[in-house]
Amino acid sequence: MKKTIITVVGKDTVGIIAKVCTYLAEKNVNILDISQTIVSEYFNMMMIVDANNSSVSFAELSDELDGLGKEIGVSIKAQTEDIFDCMHRI
Amino acid sequence: MINIFEVNETNKMIEQENFDVRTITIGVSLFDCIDSDLDVTCKKIYDKIYSYTKDQVKVGEEISKEMGIPIVNKRISVTPISLVGGSACKTPEDFVKIAKTLDQLAHDVGVNFIGGYSAIVSKNMTKADELLIRSIPKALAETELVCSSVNIGSTKTGMNMDAIKLMGEVVKETADLTADRDAIGCAKLVIFCNAPDDNPFMAGAFHGVTEGDAVINVGVSGPGVVLEALKHAHGKDFGELCEIIKKTAFKITRVGQLVAREASKRLNIPFGIVDLSLAPTPAIGDSIADVLQEMGLERVGAPGTTAALAMLNDQVKKGGIMASSYVGGLSGAFIPVSEDQGMIDAVNVGSLTLEKLEAMTCVCSVGLDMIAIPGDTSAATISGVIADEAAIGMINQKTTACRLIPVPGKKVGDLVEFGGLLGYAPIMPVNTFDCSEFVGRGGRIPAPIHSFKN
Repeated sequence: MKKTIITVVGKDTVGIIAKVCTYLAEKNVNILDISQTIVSEYFNMMMIVDANNSSVSFAELSDELDGLGKEIGVSIKAQTEDIFDCMHRI
Repeated sequence: MINIFEVNETNKMIEQENFDVRTITIGVSLFDCIDSDLDVTCKKIYDKIYSYTKDQVKVGEEISKEMGIPIVNKRISVTPISLVGGSACKTPEDFVKIAKTLDQLAHDVGVNFIGGYSAIVSKNMTKADELLIRSIPKALAETELVCSSVNIGSTKTGMNMDAIKLMGEVVKETADLTADRDAIGCAKLVIFCNAPDDNPFMAGAFHGVTEGDAVINVGVSGPGVVLEALKHAHGKDFGELCEIIKKTAFKITRVGQLVAREASKRLNIPFGIVDLSLAPTPAIGDSIADVLQEMGLERVGAPGTTAALAMLNDQVKKGGIMASSYVGGLSGAFIPVSEDQGMIDAVNVGSLTLEKLEAMTCVCSVGLDMIAIPGDTSAATISGVIADEAAIGMINQKTTACRLIPVPGKKVGDLVEFGGLLGYAPIMPVNTFDCSEFVGRGGRIPAPIHSFKN
């Protein structure tokens, strides 16, 4: 199963996780894992999701998450797991 | 499972340290396009390249989006045109027609450059080779995206001094024909010794005769990533410095390998090689000079520069070689002056000279690259510089190259602006003592003794 990594970085505010999760649920994207930290008031979250059954294409998902991020005032990126795997695992 | 720190490290490289995949280059063989009729040749060339590259830009953008990493350039390299056009072209103008076909194709497909308007004349020239070489100034002046290269020597063959003399004149003429654009034509012309067959980087890319019908070669870039890693290494000894560079090079190259494999799969074209070169850009922080300075040099060009560069180049290879199943191309640190802000600054403060750059090219890829020189530099002097650089390559069994830009009307201290990735450059002084008698002797410099290995 190909996994997608979603990262959310920005100033902490109410409801960031709620909004991202709501969006993903609407698009039938399953969340497998969430880790989150706050570094000097900056919200930093990584989600590992399964977007294989998503109702939208990867490009749309990526663009819409980017748009959602702009609404909330944070940066949201969707990337395939491959790039992290290749860089950090031998 | 991947953790948040690893994800952040990768994304920091991309967002803050200018890490990118510099180019996906598709090489296409044009041997089956040879025809005695020029129009037929041009049509076959266009159709064949188009069939392999029509989706290149789209696929490149898809991969870039999915991985979240910029893929800056999509490029094409083709079989040296002197071999392809020899049967149809009877004049330099005939060859220019092929150049225009390539330019049109590159525009239609949407790639950034197309390379391979080339001749391999390391021992001697055929009639077709000479016609192509003589057509280069016009071809580069009348096209936008075509890049040209000429291989004038190799360790195995020695140096073709007739071709070197001719290339001095060709560089001058190319500068004159593009004088209105600060001699931009010369930025698209490389003169090689020991040119590799599978180089994905411009302006020197061509699809070698040892290659198959089509191939995908990928070049990565990451001086900014190495620089950032070294910032945490102050006071550490060389052993630790080398470890840091190797680890960084490994990570960078793995991404190149991934992108190459993915592009190969989606375009259904075999994967060739990943080129391990560290390629700078004019962006602040994306500079080889800055990496060398971070190691403890006040300015690049200071004593110690050659040693620092030798170490950097070697560690990049050692780290990168395990990260990819096939490594090739130029694979080394590039030191193009105009494309590297740190190099430009070093020239401006008087720390970096042409002679020091020549010494640096002994230990890294590729050569005297993107160096703007006074417009009144003679063709013989340019040939002399090319010969010096080629001799370094021939004797040391490595690739060397010259991309010199004698900018008409400009003198030492003036600035020239090429734009985009080509950057801008201060005009550097060239030794003006005469070498025309040496360059004009004609013939070949024989292959060096250590090339006889059989």
